[in-house]
Amino acid sequence: MQARKVRPGISFEYIMWVFTRLSGFSMFLLVILGMLGALYMGARLQMDLPTLMRWTFFPNPNHVVNSEIPDLTLGWATAFWQVMQILIIFFASTHAFNGFRVVIEDFLGDGVLRVLLRGLIFLFWLCSLIIAIYVILAS
Amino acid sequence: MGQKRSVGFFQGLSYRGGGPMLAWLLHRLSGLGILLLVGLHIYASFFMQQTGSDIGTAFNIVYENWIFQILVIFIIIFHALNGLRIIILDTWPQTLRFQREALWLQWFIFVPIYGLTIFILFSTSLIGS
Repeated sequence: MQARKVRPGISFEYIMWVFTRLSGFSMFLLVILGMLGALYMGARLQMDLPTLMRWTFFPNPNHVVNSEIPDLTLGWATAFWQVMQILIIFFASTHAFNGFRVVIEDFLGDGVLRVLLRGLIFLFWLCSLIIAIYVILAS
Repeated sequence: MGQKRSVGFFQGLSYRGGGPMLAWLLHRLSGLGILLLVGLHIYASFFMQQTGSDIGTAFNIVYENWIFQILVIFIIIFHALNGLRIIILDTWPQTLRFQREALWLQWFIFVPIYGLTIFILFSTSLIGS
């Protein structure tokens, strides 16, 4: 099978299609970086596996209750890791809300409801992103 | 998108799409699951941090339960590996010739990773770390 040569026009759907792939791949890189960072800071001696996973995705003291996190909190409380957290939460939430939009719009025709739900998802995305970044910067 | 469908729900269930359709369905369901989980999590963290309320703590206690983690780890590892397969197949369309083999390869990679994670989860949760 020879791949067809099609030059797609730049549209919102095309940009989000590309973004979904790029953000998915960059989340892989960020998670590997976070896990290696945690292991380097001593997680392999001080953490169990679920704690390591949790801490990898979102290293923030407000997001864990029972998990025992020792001195690692000191290691993660730097500007570098805050930027990494903001990046991962931006990629994750944009990827997720766009996917939600795609799933919902598969079941909708063109109409008022489509525009309304699109607007609601956009507001929800913006709200979640702002709150998440606030939590990161305020802790 | 937005086309008229004349297929009923039960008729749709009888469609034999096989492995790739199952992967597509699981990818959508796991994506929605992650959205729910991470979305609630953001708000739980916010309430824990700002008001110290019990709502946030309750969410996080459910989430940290090791039984719940079995599901969460399945969803996340599956979504990640399936997404990687989609990225590879989309970036190099020549590989679409081997898409069924790619799906098998994906499950062969998934099973050991998930199995090992669940084994560690069980052994530390039942015996005590």
